[in-house]
Amino acid sequence: MTAYILRRCLYAIPILVGVNLITFVLFFVVNTPDDMARLALGAKRVTPDAIEKWKAEHGYDKPLLVNAQASGVAQLTDTIFFQKSARLFVFDFGNADDGRNIGYEIRTRMWPSLALALPVFVVGLAVNITFAMSLAFFRATRYDFWGVVLCVAMMSISTLFYIIGGQYLVSKVWSLVPISGFAPGADAAKFLALPVLVGVASGIGSGTRWYRTIFLEETGKDYVRTARAKGLSELDVLFGHVLKNALVPILTGAVVVIPLLFMGSLLSESFFGIPGLGSYTIDAIQAQDFAIVRAMVFLGSVLYIAGLLLTDISYTLVDPRVRFA
Amino acid sequence: MTLVPLWIDALVWLLVAVTAAYAWYARRQPHLAAPWRRVGQSGSGMAALVVLAAFAVVGLLDCVHYRPRLPAGPGGVPVYSVEVRSVLDALLAPLHARAERTYSAPLAIRAYARETVELSGGRLQRGYPRLQYAGVGRADEAARDRDVLLRSLAGAALGLVAWALAAVGWTALLARREGAGLGRMIGAIARGETAFAWRAVLLALLAIALVAGPVALLAREYHVLGTDKVGQDVLYLALKSIRTAIVIGTLTTLIMLPFAVLLGIAAGYFRGWVDDVVQYAYTTLNSIPSVLLIAAAVLMVQVYIDTHPDRFTAAVERADLRLLFLCIILGVTSWTGLARLLRGEALKLRELDYIQAAQAFGVRHGRIITRHILPNVMHIVLITVVLDFSGLVLAEAVLSYVGVGVDPSMNSFGTMINAARLEMAREPMVWWTLAAAFAFMFALVLAANLLADTVRDALDPRVRVGALAAAGGAK
Repeated sequence: MTAYILRRCLYAIPILVGVNLITFVLFFVVNTPDDMARLALGAKRVTPDAIEKWKAEHGYDKPLLVNAQASGVAQLTDTIFFQKSARLFVFDFGNADDGRNIGYEIRTRMWPSLALALPVFVVGLAVNITFAMSLAFFRATRYDFWGVVLCVAMMSISTLFYIIGGQYLVSKVWSLVPISGFAPGADAAKFLALPVLVGVASGIGSGTRWYRTIFLEETGKDYVRTARAKGLSELDVLFGHVLKNALVPILTGAVVVIPLLFMGSLLSESFFGIPGLGSYTIDAIQAQDFAIVRAMVFLGSVLYIAGLLLTDISYTLVDPRVRFA
Repeated sequence: MTLVPLWIDALVWLLVAVTAAYAWYARRQPHLAAPWRRVGQSGSGMAALVVLAAFAVVGLLDCVHYRPRLPAGPGGVPVYSVEVRSVLDALLAPLHARAERTYSAPLAIRAYARETVELSGGRLQRGYPRLQYAGVGRADEAARDRDVLLRSLAGAALGLVAWALAAVGWTALLARREGAGLGRMIGAIARGETAFAWRAVLLALLAIALVAGPVALLAREYHVLGTDKVGQDVLYLALKSIRTAIVIGTLTTLIMLPFAVLLGIAAGYFRGWVDDVVQYAYTTLNSIPSVLLIAAAVLMVQVYIDTHPDRFTAAVERADLRLLFLCIILGVTSWTGLARLLRGEALKLRELDYIQAAQAFGVRHGRIITRHILPNVMHIVLITVVLDFSGLVLAEAVLSYVGVGVDPSMNSFGTMINAARLEMAREPMVWWTLAAAFAFMFALVLAANLLADTVRDALDPRVRVGALAAAGGAK
């Protein structure tokens, strides 16, 4: 098992190197630091001096890959690639354009993100599985039909409208919770209630349909027929056999997103004013702060790969047929 | 006039041509036509297709751009306007030209906000001023209501007559082809007994006619969906947004298809190092959160456009190029799913007897892939194309909201929502822009989802077996 996990971790390294190279090419080769400086300074104040000054301030005044003026190891280390890209590997994200440390921001902002994303994930999973189970239990009836219709309709509504509609109904018309904002500690509950509700509601359509398909696929299998032949009631079949077996694809599909919960949700956080990583990223995109976007791209990839790793491990845990290949 | 060849337009028409060619080809191949015939039997699928076709017509009209000819200059040399217009622009010109000063509610004849108006005697008074272009000649709200009712009824009647003529004409054609009487044919369609779901098609057409008729008549005098902050007609904005949604939904898949099909099949068929390289490529791309990759790429395109303004002459061309880039980037992030599916399928297929036989006969790899593997994975490709459409339309709205979507000057549902997102918090509330964007997007995406379900059920052999098993289990 340890050897298996270790090998999976080693597989992750070339992928992270690839991600790093892609971001490097995107951020420094396609557009040179000069272009970025011009954009950051605005059209009016662009003089060669100003560009040089901006680049020096932000650490972009080095050659891209090889520094011919330095000597020894510094030929490779005193470059943009090493300073800006390679350092991401040790989670040294550097400073944002406004001079603040990105690593510190990430460490403080990931908790509000998690406080929102985790309840959405858990409650959403529970609601979707329950709803899908009920559809599978009453399959091929009118309830099933209209349930699926409801799911398709809910899938067809943009997340933006769930958020806008939720804010309007719950906060403005019924005045139950504040429209947006955040407070640390127990006070957070009243700010998080609506975003969680909206997050769960927007996921019901696609989630339920997906789980219903899994349940129906399982109900067509031989072991279900055997269980029915034994005389088990339909409820026993569904909960005792189908649910257990269907949990394998469901869990492995869900595990992959767990690490990504730290990244938060871009839309909810920016609409509800939650100071998490999602709103941090959106602000960075809108302020065109490339350092933050670069850091978030790398962090997101690391978390996704961690999710893949967790998926592989959980597969071996829940499905005894899977061996460590 | 002179046509302006925009990249997007060319690609969209290419897509139309490819679709038409496929349809023409599939009609002649019984094994290809059979699953599509099953699609045709589905009422919900056909109704969805009609609604989508209505959207597509609007979008395609917006995909022919030209420069109108101006009155000839000295010497009779033809002069063309610098402004690039589409056919849809020309059709909607009255709607676009009748811009008010600011917000007005749907079908209103007065502004939404109180203003100080100068009365005839030079006296100033606070009140709701009359709109410049809505309900001209109607004395007050009561007269407006009568006029609206009249126009709605006339529009509905017009739509009904047009629909009835088309329906009867089409039924007569069908009856003649089938060699049945007209009355019998009408009865068969009304009872839903035809093999092709004509009843659903005609009902969907009826619904569209009943909506389009009144709206068309009302739009000549009123702002049917109100006006936005700068006084533009919201109906116009919504209709113009359809092109962006359709372009994103279709071109993205068109762009990614060659990569996904080629790489996915090659990985599964050749295995070995090809498989390793392709798997590495898609795992790497997949591991970058797609919104961030899109954001990064769009920011880069933005920097490029900003620093090279001389390369883009017209604003339309710039917006068009940015939309094309957005499609390419979305394609780059979304080809991985299809490639993975195709790789798995090719892995399975290459072990089958007929492929083994072909290899033993010394058939070249390229021929095996095009002749034996490609036709057998085509259903996966088609299902993916249809399934992806709705997701991409929704993604456009989110990306434009985040600020990495289409050019802000381009009409799209995302820019509409983005501009209107603070309007719900206004006092009094302005709801119609969001409501219009919601209604249009919902209709488009719902139709796409329904069609996707039908296509998947008909084309995917696995689903068919599963559905039979589920139906059998329920008995």
